[in-house]
Amino acid sequence: MTTSQLLLNGIAVFLTFCIFSFLYKDNPFYKFAERLVAGVATGYWTVLLFHTNFRDKVWDTIVINHQFIYIIPALLGIAMWTRFSKNYSWISRYSIAFYIGISSGAGIPLIFYAGIFKQLQGTISTPLAFSWAGLNAFLIIVAVLAALVYFFFSAAHKGTMGTVSRIGIYVVMIGFGAGFGLTVMGRVALLVQRIIFLKGYAIALFGG
Amino acid sequence: MKREIPILIVGITGVILFLQYFIPTDWSMQLLGTSQDWVIVIGILALPLGIWSLVKANIMKLQVKGERFYAAVLLTGFLVMLIFGLPHRSSLEQGSTFMTLFNTILIPIQATIFSLLAFFVASAAYRAFRARSVLATILLLTAFLVMFRWLPLGFISTADNAIVAWILSVPNMAANRAIGMGIGLGGAAMAIKIILGIERTYMGHD
Repeated sequence: MTTSQLLLNGIAVFLTFCIFSFLYKDNPFYKFAERLVAGVATGYWTVLLFHTNFRDKVWDTIVINHQFIYIIPALLGIAMWTRFSKNYSWISRYSIAFYIGISSGAGIPLIFYAGIFKQLQGTISTPLAFSWAGLNAFLIIVAVLAALVYFFFSAAHKGTMGTVSRIGIYVVMIGFGAGFGLTVMGRVALLVQRIIFLKGYAIALFGG
Repeated sequence: MKREIPILIVGITGVILFLQYFIPTDWSMQLLGTSQDWVIVIGILALPLGIWSLVKANIMKLQVKGERFYAAVLLTGFLVMLIFGLPHRSSLEQGSTFMTLFNTILIPIQATIFSLLAFFVASAAYRAFRARSVLATILLLTAFLVMFRWLPLGFISTADNAIVAWILSVPNMAANRAIGMGIGLGGAAMAIKIILGIERTYMGHD
């Protein structure tokens, strides 16, 4: 490890300990690292969006490629700044209207396609058969329907509806449990990775 | 003028972009592409709004005793990234000072913050998941089976792996599909309400 790498990794080690110090209690070291990451992250995203979005979609499009139609959304974007004024903040509603209108209109078919039709297709695409895969396919259909019934609030969950919705909540709880377990293991993997990083730095510094 | 025209704009743009999906021609695809570019342009030019709010709030904090140092840290971090990142696009390439700062500061802190959650999630789970009902027991049992999969316990791990693989591919997938469909239906319903002018909260108050 070169001296500059040692120095840079030293900063990373210091910041890692600053964050871990929160396990004891909230303290100035943690606050320092927390604010530093907020500032650096804001700066990082600002720079990234400036180069990838502003330069590509605004500056290059209007100034270099002379696609002057893009002046309209640019003006709409600038109109968002009227939010700072009490008297003229209503102008920003025009920008929001374009933003929301385009996003909603273009979004509906995509939501239906990805959120509903593809999910339904995935649920019923495996053929039912007297095999392990066929049984699983049948269970998936039953479990999806039961979970959907649980989320259907336009009818009282009584009788058959109540029984099916009860199965539905069991399915949902298994889903939440699996999600929780995977999340915890993901976090533990990150923790192990941080400890390995600290160990690697200690070995580089003091020799192993 | 202040409310009606924006509602009209939302309705017209929404209906046009919705219908565009069902007319797969070159010009309709161009319309979609240009509209999506418009959204990006409006969004990127609205970004200074958020940046200014953050900077203004922290400049105010510079005058508050006890907060001064932390506000200065945030502003310094922000400005340093701008100074090293804004002038050249090459700053986004690995090896630049900008990316070195990103790798040295942002990556370790974010990774450590997320790893901290392992401790807090574990303690929260202990309080929340005590098997007081059938539902809590199912959740707890599933979570434990999924987590135990990673432990090297010989034949127990082999059996656990098979059970977890089944849990993930059958009940877990069914639950995620049902939740996904619910989110899809909810999102579509909200979008339709916005286009029809029923949902207007996004406009704020006069």
